[in-house]
Amino acid sequence: MGHRLSVIVVENDRDRALLIVDSLRAAGDFDIHVIAGAAGLGRRVKALSPDVVLIDISNPSRDMLEELALATGPMERPVAMFVDRSDDGMTKAAIEAGVSAYVVDGLSPNRLKPILDAAIARFHMFQRMRTELMETKRALEERKVIDRAKGMLMKARGVDEEKAYALLRKAAMDQGKRVADVAQALVTAAGLLG
Amino acid sequence: MKGAMLSVGFIPLLDAAPLIVAQEMGFAAEEGIALDLVRAPSWSSLRDMLSFGRVEAAHMLSPVPVAAALGLGGTRAPLAAVSVLSMNGTVIGVSNALADRLRDGGHDFAFDDARAAGLALIRAATPTLRIGVPFPFSMHAELLYYWLSALGLPAPQNVDIRTVPPPLMAQAIEAGEIDAFCVGEPWGSIAVENGVGTLLLPGAAIWAFAPEKVLAVRSDWADAEPALLGRLIRAVWRAGRWLGDPASHTLGAELLSRPAYLNLPAEVLDRALNGRLVISPRGEQRETPGFIDFHAGAASFPWRSQAQWIGLQLASRNGLDRLASVQTAGGVFRSDLHRNALRQTGADLPAAVSKVEGANTPLHTDSGRLIPSQDAFFDGRIFDPSQIER
Repeated sequence: MGHRLSVIVVENDRDRALLIVDSLRAAGDFDIHVIAGAAGLGRRVKALSPDVVLIDISNPSRDMLEELALATGPMERPVAMFVDRSDDGMTKAAIEAGVSAYVVDGLSPNRLKPILDAAIARFHMFQRMRTELMETKRALEERKVIDRAKGMLMKARGVDEEKAYALLRKAAMDQGKRVADVAQALVTAAGLLG
Repeated sequence: MKGAMLSVGFIPLLDAAPLIVAQEMGFAAEEGIALDLVRAPSWSSLRDMLSFGRVEAAHMLSPVPVAAALGLGGTRAPLAAVSVLSMNGTVIGVSNALADRLRDGGHDFAFDDARAAGLALIRAATPTLRIGVPFPFSMHAELLYYWLSALGLPAPQNVDIRTVPPPLMAQAIEAGEIDAFCVGEPWGSIAVENGVGTLLLPGAAIWAFAPEKVLAVRSDWADAEPALLGRLIRAVWRAGRWLGDPASHTLGAELLSRPAYLNLPAEVLDRALNGRLVISPRGEQRETPGFIDFHAGAASFPWRSQAQWIGLQLASRNGLDRLASVQTAGGVFRSDLHRNALRQTGADLPAAVSKVEGANTPLHTDSGRLIPSQDAFFDGRIFDPSQIER
């Protein structure tokens, strides 16, 4: 069992794949392959006969790997999903991070741990990036709405930008709402009134 | 009694309808529950979400909980099928190249004769037939194995049945990775819409009453939350009854087509609900009454014998003890929980828990009525769970 563990990363996005490979390299000496694209996934994985397969839980092609768990031919190595294993804590952590792994049956947990730890950390980072991206998008959209509302107020009441914003903020505070919500209400109402 | 929220996972398919309708048409609210419907990316993820408690209940391929009980694939958390969500609703299709060969060989694409279609397919297929199914443990795979081996094409020698996620089925057939597929609607119709496939046969032509999807929960959850489980079963049963009324089909298709659910055109979803499928890119239409059933013939009732049939197929193919597997499988379809939940609803359920599958025997109900049953296999064989040989 002293051989270098071979790890397959199934990931369509090149940048994400590179990041995962980097963090695995930092975690130990592994033989790493990346597979992109769904075509013939099961066959390609089988041909490489890896010890561990890592795949994003939200990847619909994951079902193609389930066949590997059934392969029992003489030349095919049994692959079991690690959620089947005794280490529930590690499994839960992985599922929450959005990574699923398929592992050769009988691989000892202490050889597996560094791989999963690295993958879990990386996937957590992806999730944070996804959340941040969404937050940034929302913030941008809100700013656009607030700018439109300010413009309307400046025109309707003949005030400057600073004063217009102060009006919005005061209305928001009085009603216990967010400035963006008040701005949105104003823009909607103005649209209705034509 | 109020405000209980249940997370329920589903895969975007037509037969997730009872869950979506239970929430959208207020059948869940009537039972004092709300369903938080979680769309899952794949069957394996959904099974894991259920096993690890991310969702309380799930839309599930009928063989998945049986396979889990037999120790095949994935997790071992004991799962219970507490209702059958849908009967049939799958379709077998072929690539345009294979469709041409079938037509050249004289096949008429009548869409109702499993023997004729199967023999034509075997004649036209060279040298091996590659068929895509959504998951290794699926009624799709079971129907294909049953159909082709009965007609003299045993797997795995001449048939390569491989997994392709339903949304990728049309792509796989276009790319020439598979010659044929068996998939749940609307994905067969989508392949036709995209001009890449021709439909050969509805799954119902192989087994007239095949349990396709079940409502699955963890067995320990079923034991711990009997009251909540009862509400869920009743809400989903009423949704199935609503869907069984042809007057509901238009609205049903509209609900399912919403972005949060299937996000596909209602016009395509409508075809399977009404049993009127367009089978080829040239627009040929076929009438298939009972293409999918949510209610008729006590469709929701999880017969132990259905699970036992699945268990026997899985055991035979995977080299497990047949008798022991059939016994284990029977315990997965919980007709007892289903009956308990529906006791006060006026549902007239079958009095037995097991039947001879394929015999078309009318069913005695709790109220003493006899209701007709059409559950024949295409080759006339029957499955009697009390007559299993090792």
